[in-house]
Amino acid sequence: MGKTPGTIKKTSIAVTINGESHELEVKPWQTLLDMLREVLHLTGTKEGCGDGNCGACTVILDGREVNSCLVLAPEVDGSEILTIEGLSVQGVLDPIQRAFVDHGAIQCGFCSPGLILTTRAFLAENPHPTEPEIRVAIAGNLCRCTGYDKIVRAIMSLARP
Amino acid sequence: MPQFDYAAPQTLKEAVDLLEQARGRALPLAGGTDLIPQIRKAAKQPALLVDIKRIPQMSRLEFVPGKGLHLGAAVTCGSIMRHPQVRDMYPALGQACSQIGSRQVRNRASVGGNVCNGAPSGDSLPPLLVFEATAGITGVSGTRQTTLEELVVGPGRTTLGPSELLVEIVVPLPAAHSTSEYCRLSLREEMDIALVGVAVLLAVEPDTGRCLEARIALGAVAPTPIRVRDAETVLQGRKITERLLDRAADLAAGAATPITDIRASAEYRREMVKVLTRRGLKACLSRLTRQGGGRR
Amino acid sequence: MSNSTKYIGKSVPRVEAADKATGRALYGADIHLPGMLYAQVVRSPHPHARIKSLDTGPALAIEGVKAAVTARDLPALTDIGRALGNEGAMGLEWFRRLVLAHDKVLFEGQAVAVVAATTPEIADAAAGAVAVEYETLPVIGDVLEAMRDDAPLLHEDLYTATLGEKPTRPSNIAAHQEVARGDVEKAFAEADFVLETTYKIQRVSHGYLETQAAVARAEPDGRVTVWTSTQGIFNAQRQICAALSLTQSLLTVVPMEVGGGFGGKTYAAVECLCIMLSRKAGRPVKLVVDKSDALRAAGAGAGAYATVKASATKEGRLTACSLQLVYDIGALPNSHAPGGMRSLGPYKADNLKIEARNVVTNKLAALMYRAPGSTQGNFAVESHMDAMALGLGIDPLTFRMINAVEEGDDDLLGTTFGPIGLKEVLNRVARHPTWTKPLRGRNRGRGLALGYYTGLVNTNSSVLLHVHRDGSVTVVTGHVDLTGTRTALRQIVAEELQVPLENVTVQSKDTSSAPYSDHTVGSRTLYTFSLAVHSACGEVLAQMKERAAGRLGVDPGTVRYSEGMFRAGRGKSKSISWQEITRLSVRQLGGPITAMGSATSNHPPCFAAHITDVEVDPETGKTRILRYTSFQDVGRALNPGLIEGQVQGAVVQGMGWALGEELMYDQGHLQNPNLFDYRMRTASDVPFIDNVLIEVPAPQNPYGFRSVAELPIVPVPAALANALFRATGARFNNLPMTPEKIFWALREGSPSSRRRL
Repeated sequence: MGKTPGTIKKTSIAVTINGESHELEVKPWQTLLDMLREVLHLTGTKEGCGDGNCGACTVILDGREVNSCLVLAPEVDGSEILTIEGLSVQGVLDPIQRAFVDHGAIQCGFCSPGLILTTRAFLAENPHPTEPEIRVAIAGNLCRCTGYDKIVRAIMSLARP
Repeated sequence: MPQFDYAAPQTLKEAVDLLEQARGRALPLAGGTDLIPQIRKAAKQPALLVDIKRIPQMSRLEFVPGKGLHLGAAVTCGSIMRHPQVRDMYPALGQACSQIGSRQVRNRASVGGNVCNGAPSGDSLPPLLVFEATAGITGVSGTRQTTLEELVVGPGRTTLGPSELLVEIVVPLPAAHSTSEYCRLSLREEMDIALVGVAVLLAVEPDTGRCLEARIALGAVAPTPIRVRDAETVLQGRKITERLLDRAADLAAGAATPITDIRASAEYRREMVKVLTRRGLKACLSRLTRQGGGRR
Repeated sequence: MSNSTKYIGKSVPRVEAADKATGRALYGADIHLPGMLYAQVVRSPHPHARIKSLDTGPALAIEGVKAAVTARDLPALTDIGRALGNEGAMGLEWFRRLVLAHDKVLFEGQAVAVVAATTPEIADAAAGAVAVEYETLPVIGDVLEAMRDDAPLLHEDLYTATLGEKPTRPSNIAAHQEVARGDVEKAFAEADFVLETTYKIQRVSHGYLETQAAVARAEPDGRVTVWTSTQGIFNAQRQICAALSLTQSLLTVVPMEVGGGFGGKTYAAVECLCIMLSRKAGRPVKLVVDKSDALRAAGAGAGAYATVKASATKEGRLTACSLQLVYDIGALPNSHAPGGMRSLGPYKADNLKIEARNVVTNKLAALMYRAPGSTQGNFAVESHMDAMALGLGIDPLTFRMINAVEEGDDDLLGTTFGPIGLKEVLNRVARHPTWTKPLRGRNRGRGLALGYYTGLVNTNSSVLLHVHRDGSVTVVTGHVDLTGTRTALRQIVAEELQVPLENVTVQSKDTSSAPYSDHTVGSRTLYTFSLAVHSACGEVLAQMKERAAGRLGVDPGTVRYSEGMFRAGRGKSKSISWQEITRLSVRQLGGPITAMGSATSNHPPCFAAHITDVEVDPETGKTRILRYTSFQDVGRALNPGLIEGQVQGAVVQGMGWALGEELMYDQGHLQNPNLFDYRMRTASDVPFIDNVLIEVPAPQNPYGFRSVAELPIVPVPAALANALFRATGARFNNLPMTPEKIFWALREGSPSSRRRL
């Protein structure tokens, strides 16, 4: 049995999100996803499935991409987080965002923030991947609209020097 | 999401004390990639989660020359698969880690969690069984060591007490002239679970081609991952022929006791044990031949 | 329309792509309002049960719970409501059961009650506290079972809808349709070659990543606003007002960006729940459906059994074909047959017959899923035509060419084909390397399948055009943009008005601001909107020419317009610019320039051929798709990039349907309500999808456009099945074609024990 509502205190955390420091009161069971969306209203991070099977809620936590629905808010105390809102500076698209837009890799757009962040973390690790490597790298991000074709092409355009 | 408390102790003692005080209502939290969804659908209902990731020992990932590999219980699958010595000396373990979930999942999921979860299909277990890895466990009454084969006793069940913690997994040096391979069959290429997983470790005498050591472990086809010693024995000491491979594969399939579920039938799984056992052995043989004898 | 175009035919990026790439785009779940409550649904654990008692009292007693709603809160149906609500595929009575279960639950996960509270945690606890007592009833899990004479009835008042007389007894067969020409039985008896096979197609999920999400705010004076992820704001408005007895002018439905629809966001059930709660609580209410609940209870793509019998002369001329379809439409009667009725569309034969039945079961409703009913029928027919060709010893493409319909032929539904592109599609295939270059290697095979689809009939799209003082143009639509329609309409308007693309903005507005449009379904959007926009642009130019004529002192009939200038006669003295007219219009030329365009239309027939190469691992049965090419007649490609994207997405959905996606049931209980065991394809499961766009202009459209986005899912399972046949020598009549099924098919004398075949 879990606890009944109201018996558990909130806990306070310090976290840097998109370069800004925040001191936040969070509930122990709150996910990072809910913290971003419900507390900070950073709604660019999407909830697709809530159990780590779709990748829509991907954010970059201390340099590595994670499903924010599988991370608890108190776990990120002291961490640095990059969400989709932190990627473009003053309205100028980041090169990955630019490539997704220009290649027609965005249709409904619900998977796009997660895919763009996975791409960022992946290319930081492997700047010149092959097509099969790209396909494996984004396998954790489901997309129902594009058939992945233009997404893979967008990433390939970034992978070529 | 059901509600629970959260604690992030800095030492093993604090962690064990917290577990002890909670009298069975606390669970350790490593990557959370299995645990959080289970809590969400109320399959597990802890009152407290004890986050072990801030305990230094839990994050140890170190290869000690002449001894082996130390994997802290919270080390992520991503770190393990990227580790150069894992890739060189423990290929089956690296392969298994690289097949768990997605990049996002591997950046959180730990091998410790994979082991403690006790899932018959846990990808890291068959490789750890063929390496004859041991588990370092700590509890209120001290520490103990056990083999992984003894640790996992049934689907979702281990010999860990409610206030015991898996601290690290120690993977001994693989035998001389050996290599290893993990073969997995799943319905999708990525983001999937093993219908069958087979880990093989094979050592072959370079000059004679005689099998010095063979170890085979199966995942997802029995209540726990299992070693198939009958299949190992037929290979031991002999030159490996196609017929012998078939014999070992048949013995492995015979040892499997798979179930039918929504993913596959028991019969299909059993057939696939044969295929993957053969493939694992062949992959090892071909690597050993190519490298002229594998690890020395 | 001249042949040289500036914007039509260009792959312009989607206008809203940057908003989506940066996280600025707002979807249904992204709305936060002050004082907003969170809703949670109480869902039935049983697929079929009578509700013996239902008490929301214990939930309301929890601190922070502000409202609870059950079917008892639904108002009595009014005649106006009935008239409003019975338009569409699902009748109003059934739609209200999609909102909330009445006296019995008909499928697992059906909403029984809904509560609203100040936090999601309290809402969860409150939902758990609602007391429901059920008396379980026998579950009807399969259509064949449901059709038996002694089968228990799901609905005691359901009578089979037919073209003939009303039956005397109620039945689980919701509808029975039949069309025929000639005499198939006689043709079968006289034929050189006859083949009959039954195929089975599994239920699937639409697979949108964003689940249903809405926020409603009811005002004390009766006005209501709802922000929602819907495929059609006016259809949602109509359904809500009919079900809840609201006045349409008091309800504003605001379209949000939609995280995938594919037909699954065409019924406004979640919106109704939010509105009912908000009216009770006097506060805004948000409801976001959990993914497992969406899989269990929101809507599915229909499963089906299909029996095909066909006969041909030994030269390969099809003499007759019959198709019997039985759709598993789930618990709430709705229409799936029309898609299936087109399944023989590509074939000319003197004797054709199609019979389709919609049968109810204790499963969630099958809602329209991308070309509803068509993929199911097509899998059977195109697998069968492949087998016919093989049986006759004729190349499968040649067999199609011998029997393909062309202009002047009649389809089974009584329409005579105008100019259609099927022959052009087949000719392109015949010359294309994807077909002509031999496929080498063991365990490999190449498959071909045709597809045919026409969009919905009799749907409307309307637009408002405003030309501003600075010369820029706003296009207002009440249309939900799923497929890039804002981008497409912008291209057409810029082309027609000869203004820069940057000066045209298309806005999808709400039901109180925009003129009527039907929902974004049935591949209807661009086709019908282009007609509406064409007429609005013509009206704008007519107004402006008249004003130019007045300024220039000439007869309006002599004014010509091009490239931003209105000219009369020869020379520069008689001209006035676009900007000059827009600047002067409001004060001096008679008022603002504004026009409405509206069109109600049917949609032209569209044809496609798909070619795929596969390789099978003979030891495991796993399939790898090596190559996939779609050939489709698009009439005219407005934006090739957008079209390719639609085709590629549809093809990969079809690959999932063919190879692994399946809603698996055990006595009405869904066994895989998650995206782990409901396996949509990932990027690593599929290759690039090549596109060949063929342009045979549709005569009724000023630009020649045809419908695009649904057709490319239709041939995929059959193309893969036909390729797998050549790779393995085994015919797969039962979807999905999982590795295990392929393995056992390859293994003769396989054990006959309980395996899922």
